[in-house]
This record gives sequence, structure tokens and C-alpha cells, in this order.
Amino acid sequence: MKKTIITVTGKDTVGIIAKVCNYLAENNVNIEDISQTILQGYFHMMMITDASKSDKNTAELAGDLKKVGEEIGVMIHCQREDIFDMMHRI
Amino acid sequence: MINIFEANETNEMIENENLDVRTITLGISLLDCIDSNLDRLNQKIYDKITTLARNLVQTGKDIEAEYGIPIVNKRISVTPIALIGGAACKTPEDFVTIAETLDRAAHTVGVNFLGGYSALVSKGMTKADELLIRSIPMAMARTELVCSSVNVGSTKTGINMDAVKLMGEIVKSTAEATKDNNCLGCAKLVIFCNAPDDNPFMAGAFHGVTEADAIINVGVSGPGVVKHALEKVRGENFEVLCETIKKTAFKVTRVGQLVAREASRRLGVPFGIIDLSLAPTPAIGDSVADILEEIGVESVGAPGTTAALALLNDQVKKGGVMASSYVGGLSGAFIPVSEDQGMINAVNRGSLSMEKLEAMTCVCSVGLDMIAIPGNTRSTTISGIIADEMAIGMINQKTTAVRVIPAIGKDVGDSLEFGGLLGSAPIMPVSRFGCDALINRTGRIPAPVHSFKN
Repeated sequence: MKKTIITVTGKDTVGIIAKVCNYLAENNVNIEDISQTILQGYFHMMMITDASKSDKNTAELAGDLKKVGEEIGVMIHCQREDIFDMMHRI
Repeated sequence: MINIFEANETNEMIENENLDVRTITLGISLLDCIDSNLDRLNQKIYDKITTLARNLVQTGKDIEAEYGIPIVNKRISVTPIALIGGAACKTPEDFVTIAETLDRAAHTVGVNFLGGYSALVSKGMTKADELLIRSIPMAMARTELVCSSVNVGSTKTGINMDAVKLMGEIVKSTAEATKDNNCLGCAKLVIFCNAPDDNPFMAGAFHGVTEADAIINVGVSGPGVVKHALEKVRGENFEVLCETIKKTAFKVTRVGQLVAREASRRLGVPFGIIDLSLAPTPAIGDSVADILEEIGVESVGAPGTTAALALLNDQVKKGGVMASSYVGGLSGAFIPVSEDQGMINAVNRGSLSMEKLEAMTCVCSVGLDMIAIPGNTRSTTISGIIADEMAIGMINQKTTAVRVIPAIGKDVGDSLEFGGLLGSAPIMPVSRFGCDALINRTGRIPAPVHSFKN
């Protein structure tokens, strides 16, 4: 199973990571790596996850996480890793 | 492993710079549908398209959702219909029934457009070719999603001037036939020189006879991404400028390659080519004109525009070629007027004329594209415009095309509003001097000397 990349961007606020991690735990998605930074005043987070044991496919996870993001006022993307690999690795 | 900055860069391109895959086009051969009975032919065409393409749109949507990359269009191209209908069609009306079948099939599978209502007549016209061409105005008026193209010249064969003359008349009557709908028929009709067999872009897509039974071709886009990258190197020298375009084109094309591979795998249809084109849309920030202005011309059409476009076109190819395993189609920067807000602005400012656009077509793909002209333009003048553009393609061994829209009942100062991806077209002035004597000669222009390579 290919890895899934979850990115979160938006205004920093309390509980962003908690909210995302909760959702991932509920859906049996394993987090393999997290990095986080503040860029130009905005919160940026990226997670590399393994969703092979989840009942939901990437598209469903992406749809759910988008809604989670809307609830806390940040933008959340969930995409298969290949798109980044293709673009940034030869 | 991918880092946060790389992930951000990709998403920034998608969110803010209009990065998208412009089209997944499924090419379908209809050669095995040929039948001398028109009803049976129509049924076979409908069945083949709706069977092969039944999962196309859903597959496109799945890929969009999983990778987070918009795929704007899902389209179909078919074998030029003049070849398919030749045995069954005895009148232009017979051909129109095929156009209606194609339209019905396109609606059934939910694609945005279907191309291939076409004839290839670069050296001569068969009876079927001529019947199809004469049916185009009615076919474009009676269908919604069918696109038509006619190849009237090539470097190998020269230019079929009888066909050029006829197409001037056909463009005019297509505008007349669709005048209640912004002359929209002409936006779905393109006249080519050196038409490629594997072009995924409309209105000129058709599935050439050299192709396999079915094939996936993908057209990438991303003028906004290039523009944004160039903003960061403002004032730098040409080396930096060109490197930036190349690197950006590479990244954009890689996404296309990924989508093509996935679509091909999921549909069980071989991957054909990636078309490396910078295709603009009327959306703000998705404009090729903006890139040219970012390179350094005050307004598109100003002196320097052709050089800037030549450079852009070449660097896009250099960056894109390495990003994809197979490159084909049109591959270059598109310069349609109505589909590019920057071009529309340039026309309205008075910096961009038909003549300058013609010069620009010498160094990029494809040609005079989506240009509205006064409704009272004579058909011989339209043929003259076509002949000029075909000559550029023939001599320079490149694809050129004409998609002009005579705006019936309108003149310079008015505009045609198509909406959506087709945008809006300010009506541009056309030379008031005629070329009747040239167009009324019969026969063809011979192939140029540099085509004799054997």
C-alpha cells in the first residue's frame, strides 16, 4: 500500500494536531512521520501515513479530513504520496 | 522522503496557481464499426463508445480525489468520421445522423467533448470527405458536444486549396447555422495543417488511423504555475528565466504523466502520449498572455512578444520532454484569444492584432485560435486567413490551425460571450482588402522542396 500524505495549513490554533490525530486513530490510519513549521505566520503540518489498514480509501479519507479542517478553520489535504514523488524526485 | 516544503509547493500550485490536468482523452478507433447500412453503423458506433468509455469519467474523478489534482475535462476522440461513414453516407444529412449518434454517446458516458467529426483532405477530397465537410454546419448546429476538424494541408503533401476555399464557406455557414447561440458552432470547428494523430485537446482531437484500438492521451496545463515561478526571478537574465520555465514545466508534466499512467492502468487502455501544452483558461491567473507580460512585454502584441513566446514554447518542451515517457499531440503554448483573459485584455487595449497573432503562431502551437471576426467578413477572406496559416505550418513543418468565429450580425467593438472554458471573444478587425482571385484558383499548392527527404 502506498503512503498517504496529509497536509494541514491555516491559522495556528489550539488542538489542530489533536483533532487530526483523533480522526486518524478512529479510522485506523498509522502516522509514520510528522513535521510542522510556521511559514509566513501560517501553521503548516505534514504527516506521512499508512492507511492500508483503514476501512476507508484515500478519496474517502480526503473528503472526511476536508470537513475536519473546515470545523477548525484550516485546510487539510490528504493525497497519495506519488504525486509529490513524481513532481519532486527524478 | 518528501519534505514539508515540497508538499507545500505542490499544493500551492494546485490551490493558488491553477495547476490542473486539462484533459484525459480516450482515443477510440471506430474502424471496426464500418458498415454500409447507416442504422447499423450508428448502432455500432454508439455501442463501441459507450462500452469502452463507460468508466472514463468516474476513473477521472477517482484519480482527482485520491491525488488532490483537478482533472478539468474527460473527453473522447474517435477515428475521422469521413473514413467511418464513407460506405453508408450518401448525403450530408446521412453524416449528420452520425454526429447525432456521437453526441448521444458523449452525453451517455458524461464526457465534456467528443472530437473526430473530421476529414483528412490535405491532398484531395474523396466524395465522403466532401459530404462530411458539407454536413459540418448542420452537425455543429444539431449537436452539443461534438467537435469537428479538417486537415487541409501538410508539409508532405502541400495545401489543398479547393478544401481551403470550401472551408471558408463552411466556417461562414457554421456561424450562420448557430447564430442564435453566439455562433458557437465555429468554436467547435478547427482547420489544420499537419494535424497530429494523437492530440488530446479540443476542438481538434481525433483518433488517427495510425493509432491502436483505444489509447489514453493526457493534456497538461499550468500557465499560472509558470507565471508564479517567473515572478520570483523578475529582472534576472535569460539563463535564469529559461531554467525556471524548464523546471516548472518538468514538475507540471510529471503530474500529467502520473495521471496518464493511473488512468491507463485503471481503464486497461494503453497510455499514448502526454501533450505538453500551456493551455490557458479565462480564469484570472491562468493566462499565457500574463507569462509573456511577466517575461517583459508591456502588453501582449508589443514588439518582443514573438521572441518571448518562442522562448517560452521551447523551454516548456525542454522541461516537459524529460518528464514524460512519450510526448506528442500539439505540445506547446496555446494562444487562444477568448480563452485567455490576458489576451482579451490585450485586444481591448489595442496592442494585439490578427497580424501579430499570425506572427506569434510561427513559433508556438497552434494557430489563430478562438478569434471572433466581424460577421460580414467574406468567405474568401476567411479562406485567405486559413491559407496563410496553413502556409506557415507547411513551410515550418509544424502544426498550425485556424479556429475563427464570424460573429453574425456583429462588428468590431462587440463581443461574443461563450462562458465557461471558451470565455468571451472581442471581435477583432480583419483586413478590408480581399483575396478572391487567389482563393478562386483551383487545385493545390505543391509540397515545399524541403519535404523531399527520401
